[in-house]
Amino acid sequence: MPDPSEIAAFRFGFGLPQARSAATTPEAILAALSGPDQGMALWPGPSEDEILSLHHEALIARRAVRKSGNDKVLREAYNGLARQVDRQEAQHARLFFARALDSPDAFRERLSWFWSDHFTTMAKSRQDRGFPGGMTDHALRPHLAGRFSALLRAAVLHPAMLLYLDQSTSMGPGSPAGKRRKTGLNENLARELVELHTLGVGADYAQEDVRQLAELLTGVAFEPGVGQVFHPRQAEPGPETVLGTRYAGEGMAPVLAALDDLARRPDTARHLARKLAVHFLTDTPDEQLVERMAEAYLRHDTALLPVYEVMLTDASAFAEPRVKARQPGEFLVASLRALNLGGAQVMRMAPKPFQRLLRDPLAAMGQPWARPRGPDGWPEAAAAWISPQGLAARISWAMEVPGLLVEGGMPDPRALLDQCLGGLAGEPLRIAAARSESIREGVGLVLASPEFNRR
Amino acid sequence: MTDLNRRLFLRGSAATLLGCSAAAHPLLTTVTLAAGAPALGENRLVVVILRGAMDGLDAVQPLGDPLFTRYRPTLGVQTGAQTLDGYFGLHPNLAALLPLWQKGELGFVHATSTPYRDKRSHFDGQDILEAGTGLDVPQAEVRDGWLNRMLQVVPGLTAETAYAVGREALPLLTGAATVRNWTPDLKLALTPQSRLLLEHIYHDDDLFRDAAQEAMELAAEMDLDRMSGETMQAGAAKAPKRLADLDKLAQFAAERLRGETRIAAFSLSGWDTHRAQRGSLGQSLTGLERLVLQLRSGLAGDWDRTLVLAMTEFGRTVAENGTRGTDHGTGGAMLLAGGALKGGRVMGRWPGLAEADLYDRRDLMPTTDVRHWAAWAMRGLYGLDRSVLENAVFPGLSMQDDPGLLR
Repeated sequence: MPDPSEIAAFRFGFGLPQARSAATTPEAILAALSGPDQGMALWPGPSEDEILSLHHEALIARRAVRKSGNDKVLREAYNGLARQVDRQEAQHARLFFARALDSPDAFRERLSWFWSDHFTTMAKSRQDRGFPGGMTDHALRPHLAGRFSALLRAAVLHPAMLLYLDQSTSMGPGSPAGKRRKTGLNENLARELVELHTLGVGADYAQEDVRQLAELLTGVAFEPGVGQVFHPRQAEPGPETVLGTRYAGEGMAPVLAALDDLARRPDTARHLARKLAVHFLTDTPDEQLVERMAEAYLRHDTALLPVYEVMLTDASAFAEPRVKARQPGEFLVASLRALNLGGAQVMRMAPKPFQRLLRDPLAAMGQPWARPRGPDGWPEAAAAWISPQGLAARISWAMEVPGLLVEGGMPDPRALLDQCLGGLAGEPLRIAAARSESIREGVGLVLASPEFNRR
Repeated sequence: MTDLNRRLFLRGSAATLLGCSAAAHPLLTTVTLAAGAPALGENRLVVVILRGAMDGLDAVQPLGDPLFTRYRPTLGVQTGAQTLDGYFGLHPNLAALLPLWQKGELGFVHATSTPYRDKRSHFDGQDILEAGTGLDVPQAEVRDGWLNRMLQVVPGLTAETAYAVGREALPLLTGAATVRNWTPDLKLALTPQSRLLLEHIYHDDDLFRDAAQEAMELAAEMDLDRMSGETMQAGAAKAPKRLADLDKLAQFAAERLRGETRIAAFSLSGWDTHRAQRGSLGQSLTGLERLVLQLRSGLAGDWDRTLVLAMTEFGRTVAENGTRGTDHGTGGAMLLAGGALKGGRVMGRWPGLAEADLYDRRDLMPTTDVRHWAAWAMRGLYGLDRSVLENAVFPGLSMQDDPGLLR
């Protein structure tokens, strides 16, 4: 019989064996989440300033190359900076592994992944590649256990988002800058803000709300080296009406008010509650549970901890069946954990092995690091991941890579099975693990098994 | 539950749904093959899903409409379109297809769309496009795509009949009918014993069992380096790499289509052009142009029995936005190519660009349903009975008059 703490490790963490002093009960998980961010403390990443200034330098260098008509020396200087940005992106990928492997507060790491996906961003230019990881660390992680309204502000106004969804170039058609440059509105951020980040596509809003919100957002922009700024000269003059509420006034105040109002909408509560339940519990969550989570959200003025609490204390949260599929990133972390690798080993891997043994396979499994398919992020349905291609890549990785990663000999497949599945392993898997032709294949079988890949 | 029910619906609430409305539901019409519905014969169909909403008004430009340049100060005419028929012009990045147009091997449908309206969400739009349903069917309950449902009514299918090509999931071809998937550079080395043991441990989990059979069948051998390399860096791929990838996909598909395969489907992304559309759309159109040309040369003699249908979830705004791009719209365009096509024309009723003629005063008014064209294509290629197309493949569609798509 599976133990509830084993279920917790799969469903709200990165698998077994758990990190030392890991939280495994709802109370302990919530208590850890209310405390400091242990993952960031263990493995800090580049600061927001480092990311901003490297981006700025690279951007200046790139412009200089263009202006010079591709001067060779300037080109070299730019390439050097661009490689530094690439390393920042790779650093964020490593940090994902290291924190997930080492932090006893695994649920925070899973939430960090969840909210990064909810607020999907992607670098559209090479010099922007430090921003998405920086957004996770510095905009999302501080608010994971706080209020969604604060999380929303931080996410939507982060350079990664402003650049990804074209906000910086959206100008009020009637604004001084819009008139002078004969440019105008871009609806991209406004639409995803409503459709993906807050209300959800099923909610009752109209094209005109999107348009009005886009006008309201004009003026909000990203400035290299600085971050989010407000350019009054780009802002559409006059008030806007979004979902029946009129927003007037100058500067950021009406924008922030609109974001707060969006966060407080019942549609947003339900959208977020459902998404959380779908991500952590099942693709078809119980409607009453979703409703209770949404109620907690609204009752506590968008605070997230009470929403997590409702989810974690639901009877289904620590019970079988496990119907979701681990996403590729989780699968790889869980595999490393099963093989007793720690964050330090991932952090000191040379760039090439890291790329070849972890980052490329992630892509082969359908989840390339920092390259989501679109602003709606990664799919949730188990079938989207356990496709013939996706499963083929998991099987291949499981059969081939552990031997290259483990220092000091591969584990006996039977011992590995007990360690990483405990009471969750079925009888056929126990038999198969014992009958495999080689240790390598036995380890592969365990890691490629449904029991290991479901959560 | 019968197979048909199982493949159409399943997502928790399936049982209730079937219990209360099975009789009335169009998707559950019992599919009996119309007498004499043939096996697929020699004709080939390639369906390409253009993800991200292709700007039909830039691909096929209504140069004859005097309003066009007013809506599109930097796009449109400025791009240097090549005239097609005196009214419409072809985007220069599709210019290499002009010889096909002249031979009647290229055509377009303009002002067409799925029944999806108003919210203009890519994801919902693509769901409906690939499900082939109307708005009466909740998308969460759709389990298969229209191309798969078409295969479900064809007797004597083999595994080789249809291929989903590429790394992206392709709901269009998902469903109960057996379909192969192929992605470049993904092979798997397994000893016979490991295969047996994997089959054993996957046996009781439907999802893993179904996927593993194919994963193992597809695999001959795999080495780790095949997981690496440029093909995996999907979004990051630069244009030349992307084209090289496209070539691989097209060559693979053409090779299969010259053999036993009759249906192949792809998707191409990169059509969401909110800003600086000239550059980004140009690149995507070059990819589409390349795909058509590669299929044509790869199919050689079989090109004459091939129809390529490229469709997108919706069109884009008639007016350029403030950042030299376009936002999500409604009516869009479809590209058709192939030796089987009676092309050299832009089909569909042109609704005009006057503000009163636009949908929601901003988008091209859709005058036909994309499913109408796909249904007639399948009827023309495979002789499928009209009632099968209107009930099983595109439930609730009324096919209207025969547009005479094929030679």
